[in-house]
Amino acid sequence: MTHASFVIAAFAVTGIGTVWLIASSWIAMRKSEALADDLRKRP
Amino acid sequence: MHRFANPSRFLRIAKPLTPALFWPGLLLVLGACFWGLTQAPPERLQGDTVKIIFVHVPAAWLGMAGWTGIAIASIVQLVWRHPLAGISARAIAVPGALFAAICLITGSIWGKPAWGTWWVWDGRLTSMLVLFFLYLGYIALANASSEKGNVSRVAAVFGIIGAVNIPIINRSVVWWESQHQKASITLGGSAISDAYLWPLFAAAIGFSLLFGAIVLMRMRAALAEIRIEARMRRIAEN
Repeated sequence: MTHASFVIAAFAVTGIGTVWLIASSWIAMRKSEALADDLRKRP
Repeated sequence: MHRFANPSRFLRIAKPLTPALFWPGLLLVLGACFWGLTQAPPERLQGDTVKIIFVHVPAAWLGMAGWTGIAIASIVQLVWRHPLAGISARAIAVPGALFAAICLITGSIWGKPAWGTWWVWDGRLTSMLVLFFLYLGYIALANASSEKGNVSRVAAVFGIIGAVNIPIINRSVVWWESQHQKASITLGGSAISDAYLWPLFAAAIGFSLLFGAIVLMRMRAALAEIRIEARMRRIAEN
């Protein structure tokens, strides 16, 4: 394996982990806030 | 500090602050990684694998800073009973665990070409692995808490006791013989060439801003879940 393969692997692990964390946190926030707002508007 | 104890007041600040941290953080991370990958020269001994520091070091910093945040929030929860302290500690746990894991994995990927092995049981690597397991324990304890979005006193005490590991990680390369290099950046200065130092600095700031935005997103989700639960209880009672 060349050095580039190790660099690509390290950046890929970081990228996938960070994107997953951002996406899951953002989706959870949007879903919960939308439901909370929806329930608040109900009589 | 108790000015922000009111969730509505906190949300008024958190809502504009989330994108204000997220977008500059994302741009800095992408810019710093591009800068480091394309402009930083191969190092004399490590070759191109030196570029792994642009993700490894910020991940290590955030793994340790995350637990420091949990410990501070736990003290605030136990001493001042601040209603947002437990929520913030819980919001830090998963991002902190993920960055501790990224630090371990990227360090292992760097270790193979540099040391000829994926792993050695030396002080720095072992104490960082202990930090990752502490995060898993904290997440399990926080999830077992009956309070929605918040954490129990047991989890808060665990968060404080676990902070003992942070100075151990920091001093491990001084206290014990270690494969891991000694600290290159200290309060006294830096032993790293400017060609690596500035992209590393930009990446560390960028990842820190992203971390802050992610913690705010998770706190907002937890507060919304508390509102949902309270509303559902009122609906069920009527």
